[in-house]
Amino acid sequence: MRTLLPPLLLALLAAPAAALPPDEARHLLARTGFAPAPADIDALAPLDRDGAVAHVLATARVTPATPPPAFVHADPGPRPRGEAQREARRAAWRDQRQALLAWWLNEMIQTPSPLTERMVLFWHGHFTTSARKVKAPTLLYGQNALLRRHALGDFGALLRSVARDPAMLIYLDGARNRRRAPNENFAREVMELFTLGEGHYTEDDVKEAARAFAGWSVDRRTGRFVERPRWRDPGPKTVLGHTGDLDGDDVVDRLLAHPRTAEHVVERLWIHFVSPSPDAAVVRRVAADFRHHRRIDRALGALLRSDAFWDPANRGALVKAPVVLVAGTLRQFDLAPPPPRRLHRLLAAMGQVPFLPPTVKGWPEGAGWIGSATLLARDAALRRFVRRTRLDRWIAALPPAWRRADRVALLLAPRPPLTAPTEGPVDAALIGALLTDPTYQLH
Amino acid sequence: MHRRDVLKLTALTPLLPSLLRAAPPPSPRVVIFVELGGGNDGLNTLVPRRDPAYRRLRPRLALPADALLALDDAVGFAPALAPLMPLWEAGQLAVAQGVGAPEPNRSHFASIARWDTGQLRPRDTVGWVTTARGDEGAGSVVLGGEAGPLAGPRTLVVERPERFLRAADALRPVPTPAGPAALDHLVRTRRATRAGAAAVRAALARAPALDAFGDDPLGRQLRTAARLILGGAPVHAIKVRHDGFDTHAGQPGRHPRLLEQLAVGLAALRAALAPADAWRRTLVVTYAEFGRRPAENGSGGTDHGTAAPHLLLGGAVRGGRYGAPPRLDDLVDGDLRHTLDYRRLWATAAAHWGLRRAAGGPAPLWG
Repeated sequence: MRTLLPPLLLALLAAPAAALPPDEARHLLARTGFAPAPADIDALAPLDRDGAVAHVLATARVTPATPPPAFVHADPGPRPRGEAQREARRAAWRDQRQALLAWWLNEMIQTPSPLTERMVLFWHGHFTTSARKVKAPTLLYGQNALLRRHALGDFGALLRSVARDPAMLIYLDGARNRRRAPNENFAREVMELFTLGEGHYTEDDVKEAARAFAGWSVDRRTGRFVERPRWRDPGPKTVLGHTGDLDGDDVVDRLLAHPRTAEHVVERLWIHFVSPSPDAAVVRRVAADFRHHRRIDRALGALLRSDAFWDPANRGALVKAPVVLVAGTLRQFDLAPPPPRRLHRLLAAMGQVPFLPPTVKGWPEGAGWIGSATLLARDAALRRFVRRTRLDRWIAALPPAWRRADRVALLLAPRPPLTAPTEGPVDAALIGALLTDPTYQLH
Repeated sequence: MHRRDVLKLTALTPLLPSLLRAAPPPSPRVVIFVELGGGNDGLNTLVPRRDPAYRRLRPRLALPADALLALDDAVGFAPALAPLMPLWEAGQLAVAQGVGAPEPNRSHFASIARWDTGQLRPRDTVGWVTTARGDEGAGSVVLGGEAGPLAGPRTLVVERPERFLRAADALRPVPTPAGPAALDHLVRTRRATRAGAAAVRAALARAPALDAFGDDPLGRQLRTAARLILGGAPVHAIKVRHDGFDTHAGQPGRHPRLLEQLAVGLAALRAALAPADAWRRTLVVTYAEFGRRPAENGSGGTDHGTAAPHLLLGGAVRGGRYGAPPRLDDLVDGDLRHTLDYRRLWATAAAHWGLRRAAGGPAPLWG
């Protein structure tokens, strides 16, 4: 079993009178990670809520814990000459994309900081890019690494990096945005989806911002960001009421300074981590600070300390995303991901394949995960998992204090299960019943 | 009872079967969406008969003029579509020409998303059919490919009926919970899925076997579609996928076979539905992410293009040609200018359901 924190740090964080009940520890860890282990829950016991939140945030990483596949370090290289060579490269890239998916899922299982990977997944749905357009796996990894580097850091640095990210420049056509042939795709989405939200900018803002970003491009051979001075569009532009010879960074600064940007991001964090319905007053308060300090970890910490987060009514109020369901189950039972192709099929049936978002808006959150088709896919996958896994071994490895039906139910269900028992013997039948109970789909 | 007695009884009471079985529910109007996966080559489907530019653009791929099935003086069907000619002559086949979208997108994914949502800049992950018509109670059934226009929370994805019914059976009934909305949504979805599966099972049990369909993937899907309709499933939208139209190379061998499977399958569908008078309430509409370039490429194929013709069939269709064939002497970046907005196809489907046209919305092709 993995333990999240060294004992010394734990001793420092422990408040004298506090003791986090196991159900609260479980709630925090489930919402900020992938299926906590008993040892993780026990480790938080000496802390109070604030201490536990601080502890989880302190695990943040900027690099992965497992080495990515070697191909991520190679340049995309020039376009092959013949059709046969191009087909060969397409096939190789297809395999590499699946290997990349398998690597990331394994990282979610292995990482000592599940929160980091949950945040990378969150940002991947926010600043999304699809392999359907960005074919080179090395660029997809580049964006994944970028999102991890800034996952819980400075939002300004994150947005600035995203605007220069080769995968993003290709995905939203910034790479070919030039003075003589402006392309507004990135300028529009950066306002509508990444920062302000609809209704807080005009069509002119989009046009003028596109001019400001002109010349930020990608060297297709190296896959690196380049500025093409001859593609720049000099001269005055007006974006969000500010006029000057603006460039891309100036536009990003304007977006960061706008109060809607902070609110929009905090709202999305709320929906992802707290509940389906953001509390406008809390969002405004947290966003007002976030707009100035821009620290993602501080904004998230404020939401995790809010009353709404700990409200018992919000236990199990969120539907687990397919990736969280799959990675969580594998992590919980100490299993490696299935082979890349099977993993891909499994996630596709549930409606979330990383690197293949359905639209530029990313994935629909919450109840949108559950429809007739995806529900059948989730249920079938879990029943198959229960049939094929040696659950008795996992039971035997549980800490003695956790080898009780009520404790196992607390571990696997965010609220009282609808059909599974919470007393009686701890055996494979109980685990199977808990995993196929509707509450297992929630966190 | 002796066999002879059974025969006698049956002969005397032709209504017996319907007395013995539960009466099927009232029959809704159905639209069958046929996705031509990969993007169909429209110019080799509906061929200009008199335009010399056609042969100039396609020295290797052009279909011989004398083999075309003339619809009128100007255009003819590819010979592989022969099984559809009786429908054309019966006025039950409409050909929408030059169907496309403004600012065409040549990516499979980005372009099909526009068709799926009816949005030029797609945002929804729910299909337009679900938005316009709902997907409750086995109303929307996907038999092949992505759910596309039918994507929605209650849409049933039934790629293999037996497997689907088995999976739905395994969803155990659960008590009504008190708790967050997400849990309620989960439990409701379970119930709706079980109910939808029960409707599918009942319809398939009532339906005749229908052996006349081909054993290719499209034939199998259309057979299931016909069985659902004849079995009285409460279905208003069915989606099937006919795959393989992304003919970048080797088109002369592949494309006619695909068209023939399409024509054979649709003719079999009509033959199955017409006697039961279900053909009158059925509208079949083909669609695809895009057409293909008018000029052939160097590999005996065609690359991603823009506009293409699409077919609408059914007992209530007002047959004929709609829109204008795109001009071959007025290309944009080597591609066809569309002459008919794709959303008019969807407006026609919506009109078939009796939905009222939104103010300023696209007009149906007829009616």
